[in-house]
Amino acid sequence: MGSISLQHVKKSFGEVQIIPDISLDIKDGEFVVFVGPSGCGKSTLLRLIAGLEDTTGGTILLDGEDMTKAPPARRGLAMVFQSYALYPHMTVRDNIAFPLKMAKMSKEEIDRKVEYAARTLNLTSYLDRRPRALSGGQRQRVAIGRAIVREPKAFLFDEPLSNLDAALRVNMRLEITELHQQLKTTMIYVTHDQVEAMTMADRIVVLNAGNVEQFGSPLDLYKKPANRFVAGFIGSPKMNFVDGPEASKHNAHSIGVRPEHFVLSRDPAAGSWKGKVAVAEQLGSDTFLHVNVDGLGLMTVRTDGERTFNHGDDVYLTPDQSRIYRFDAAGLSL
Amino acid sequence: MARSVSVQAKAGYTIAAWVIALVLFSPILWVLLTAFKTEAEAIASRPTFLPETFTLENFAAVQERSDYFKHAINSIVVSVGSTLLGLVLGIPAAWAMAFAPTKRTKDVLMWMLSTKMMPAVGVLIPIYLIFRDLRLLDTVHGLTIIMTLINLPIIIWMLYTYFKEIPVDILEAARMDGAELWNEIVHVLVPMAVPGIASTLLLNVILAWNEAFWTITLTSGRAGTLTAFISSFSSPQGLFLAKLSAASLLAIAPILLLGWFSQKQLVRGLTFGAVK
Repeated sequence: MGSISLQHVKKSFGEVQIIPDISLDIKDGEFVVFVGPSGCGKSTLLRLIAGLEDTTGGTILLDGEDMTKAPPARRGLAMVFQSYALYPHMTVRDNIAFPLKMAKMSKEEIDRKVEYAARTLNLTSYLDRRPRALSGGQRQRVAIGRAIVREPKAFLFDEPLSNLDAALRVNMRLEITELHQQLKTTMIYVTHDQVEAMTMADRIVVLNAGNVEQFGSPLDLYKKPANRFVAGFIGSPKMNFVDGPEASKHNAHSIGVRPEHFVLSRDPAAGSWKGKVAVAEQLGSDTFLHVNVDGLGLMTVRTDGERTFNHGDDVYLTPDQSRIYRFDAAGLSL
Repeated sequence: MARSVSVQAKAGYTIAAWVIALVLFSPILWVLLTAFKTEAEAIASRPTFLPETFTLENFAAVQERSDYFKHAINSIVVSVGSTLLGLVLGIPAAWAMAFAPTKRTKDVLMWMLSTKMMPAVGVLIPIYLIFRDLRLLDTVHGLTIIMTLINLPIIIWMLYTYFKEIPVDILEAARMDGAELWNEIVHVLVPMAVPGIASTLLLNVILAWNEAFWTITLTSGRAGTLTAFISSFSSPQGLFLAKLSAASLLAIAPILLLGWFSQKQLVRGLTFGAVK
């Protein structure tokens, strides 16, 4: 079991308020991702759940039990750090065994669990090495191994993949997702990378300045963003926003169009915006065009990789009328 | 680009370094040579460099007059004891200041250091009276306590600097892995800080071994250490230069050897964290 409930949790460092007031309910077995820009309080929130920081107010319940004041050692949670935080003076075997030794398990049981974890994570041949003799990906696996052996109520991941190179990151992302499917244990995963959030999460918490902007499934967030912040944060490349008269036509203070929701042509069409291609980024599968639209500014458009455009080409963008997002003056979705 | 140094400059620096090293070493060398001379030769108006008649009688005389081994044992007990006691007190203190600092941590550290800036003689009378009333005068445990107290600021400062180099993530990982404070310090912090702790230990053994002011003023016969032993040989007439040299040599030899064998560790510890 591993349900986590935050009730009016607050955190300040001296005068600086990091988290004004957050309430969240995370169900047992759920994969929840906290995502937001740097400094939004996502890591602080994770550390509050872990017990590494004390709350300024509010209650944290783990499986319905009040753990607000409990030290991290008593909460039964496991954490994987961005820096891996392996014990440099211990071998891989001792690193993985450490939480079991702290739990005073018998030697046979420890050996059995360490062997099992090492096999699951392909670490068997590295058990007698020290962390410094391992690659980044292997270190991350050891950190995960150390977390899974003690069968925690929930796993907490603090940006675990940000020190890895791009290819390895995609691999580890899959491994963590598979691990979740296999263990079915609650996982909370902090990242600033919205691609990681979208691909891994059952539900995403979008944080901004210590507030929850929206809590929902990845596709919910993509299709029905609660406000302009979420609309801009979720989706890659980012949504284009237009203010002024063009927005007024849709009875809104501002409107948003995702790069993939434009029809692009070289000839004018009804309701189209005229612009010049500033930069064309060709990825092979897709081409991202940054188009200077007359009177509206720079817009990003996603088009298929077969079509070629050059700097200075005249193009016409027609937004898909059924997929225009409308926002009021406060930035809330209409 | 690497700096290029001409052969002449290299030779010049090497010679200069040797000359400076020999000048610094010369008093110890002189003591070493004088210890094996006769008293007459030691004070001869035309000093000799090497002993003309090589003799061990000074050492025998020194041991006979005041028991060298008793003083040596006192020195060992006081220097090692005060250092170990200092580490037991200093490790938790440095842990708290490095990993759970408050607004006042820097002030506390500065205050501790400031106690080292005061001349010891400034507190001689109160300390002497306290020692007298607590019956600690001329006792080995009393001396161990005062030595711990005077070196504690240095111990805490050194450990604090080493602990600051340890990533806090690793200690937090230990907490998440179920380690209570004691296990966190014993199984994670201390093993990672071994080079720093070792050099703190060595430096403090050396400082306590060489301390003279308190050992001379707070002891007489029973608890005297080797520094008190040497001072008992300095006489106003200066007639016993050879015996004084023999006593000095006996007193500094153990710590000199310790310093020699541990210099690699000492240098490593003192420059710990300077280059990542």
